[in-house]
Amino acid sequence: MSFAGRGRRKSNKGAKQSRGRASGRKLQLREIAHARSGDKGDTANIGLIALKPEYYPILEKEVTAARVARHFRGVIKGSVERYELPNLRALNFLLHGALGKGGTLSLKTDAQGKVFSTALLRMEIRIPRGIHVG
Amino acid sequence: MTDVIRIAAGQGFWGDWLEAPQRQLEGGPIDYLMMDYLAEVTMSIMQKQRSRDPALGYAKDFVPLMRSLMRELVERRIRVTANAGGVNPLACADAVVACAREEGLAGKLCIAIVTGDDMMERLDELLAAGHVFANLDTGEPLTTVRESVQSANAYLGAGPIVEALSRGADIVITGRVTDTALTLAPMIHRFGWDWSDWSKLAAGTVAGHIIECGAQCSGGNCLVDWERIPNLADPGYPIIEASEHGGFVVTKHPGTGGRVSVASVTEQLLYEMGDPTSYITPDCVADFTSIRLRQSAKDRVSVGGVTGGPPTDFLKVSISHSWGYKAIGTLVYAWPDALKKAKKADSILRERLRRLDLEFDQLLTELVGVDATHGRLAGPPNPDIPEVQLRVGVRAKERRPVERFTREIAPLILNGPPSVTGFAGGRPKVEEIVAYWPALIPKREVQARVQILEV
Repeated sequence: MSFAGRGRRKSNKGAKQSRGRASGRKLQLREIAHARSGDKGDTANIGLIALKPEYYPILEKEVTAARVARHFRGVIKGSVERYELPNLRALNFLLHGALGKGGTLSLKTDAQGKVFSTALLRMEIRIPRGIHVG
Repeated sequence: MTDVIRIAAGQGFWGDWLEAPQRQLEGGPIDYLMMDYLAEVTMSIMQKQRSRDPALGYAKDFVPLMRSLMRELVERRIRVTANAGGVNPLACADAVVACAREEGLAGKLCIAIVTGDDMMERLDELLAAGHVFANLDTGEPLTTVRESVQSANAYLGAGPIVEALSRGADIVITGRVTDTALTLAPMIHRFGWDWSDWSKLAAGTVAGHIIECGAQCSGGNCLVDWERIPNLADPGYPIIEASEHGGFVVTKHPGTGGRVSVASVTEQLLYEMGDPTSYITPDCVADFTSIRLRQSAKDRVSVGGVTGGPPTDFLKVSISHSWGYKAIGTLVYAWPDALKKAKKADSILRERLRRLDLEFDQLLTELVGVDATHGRLAGPPNPDIPEVQLRVGVRAKERRPVERFTREIAPLILNGPPSVTGFAGGRPKVEEIVAYWPALIPKREVQARVQILEV
């Protein structure tokens, strides 16, 4: 699966930093973020938002387009793009080929991608040492 | 004192809470009531209705709603912007005019329609002139589906709505305009913003995006602290307090349920977002990475810092075309071994369909309670699960295989795995699929028109 998207002004920044950090506590994204998702054709978008300002850098580092693509492997057919909105402490992900052709064509219960949001919040990430969550 | 206008959202889609507009009037002072009815697929549904009856093709709910509110709208000088006109704004406006006369408001109410978005009659002429209407998702030219096209509407911007307001319209009824234009237009009209003041236009666009889905920005469908969001039985729909310099506040009437917080507004800002640096509208391109939010008081979020740039030379066109047919059938299997039974029923059904040699574009099985929403991410199912809904959908270009499929569900009740129930709805219905085809058209090809109707 490719995660090299076509969009501009997006980045996979942080992919390197996330490697090799075996230390720190593992937790589900739902503990540090909330989310809302929607659709555009066969693409689902997920807005991932830090619950506290200090969690945003963790999201930026850990939740890369590549990791999201891996998380949704077998669930979506296309690539994943990521955009950053530090002003809102949020990341926006576009998941292509996510909705079984989308809109009125889709046979899925979640034809409009409304609950891809919480599917992403299942993802496990490592919290760097020194950052308190709770 | 800064001049502030209050724009209240009354509907977030066709089918939204019918109580909301009345409550927006009752709850406190407002200047404008904004009602968004049109989703991508709505236009094709309306098109179908108009083809059966030339007096239809708009959001019918809007007419009785206006009848019940119009006296108060007139008394309090509250103006309405609504895209309730769908594919037939004139018929919608005629119905509202008739209500106004019956209510004794002749001469007291000015109703305007905005048209010019409908490209259907000019489609062949435009294709012949070299406009290919390439599908924005797939790149395919429209000629591949031309014969099945049902509707084609360009998204108009705020311009014609501003014109209608400046010509004195109390109720502006439009066809396909951008959802955000319904909120932006009152600001441009009231504050006299320049059409090249991109950042102000972008701010008004952001305001429109925040309230275009109604209560979805004021506590509805909000994940953060959802169990403690107060009184969702009586949610306050959002209100924008806009000021001349472009900053605005998102709030709701006092005493209503729901919650306006940085979390609720942020969730809505990201809803259906693509590239946040270029939110393209006919009037400007807004940069969502510039938005600053601040909780200025309880249920008040201040929005500022919005920047934007000039729009493109194109308008988006929403085209709908008949694609084929689909049907979805469900059965519920109960404990013990609910999941095993549902899976067994699915494999029996698939074997029978295979033997019938039916051709489907897709045959999809979901197990509701197990994997329907999150797929394999949901993890291993509880082996002792109390019940599972088997949900099987098919899609085909032809009606026949889909029709045949709908007759294969019920037999399983008596000749398949045991402990099955939940089929009270009878045989699944065959649905026509009207698919969506997004494309672009140069702005110069589209002329918006404003017409004032006498009441």
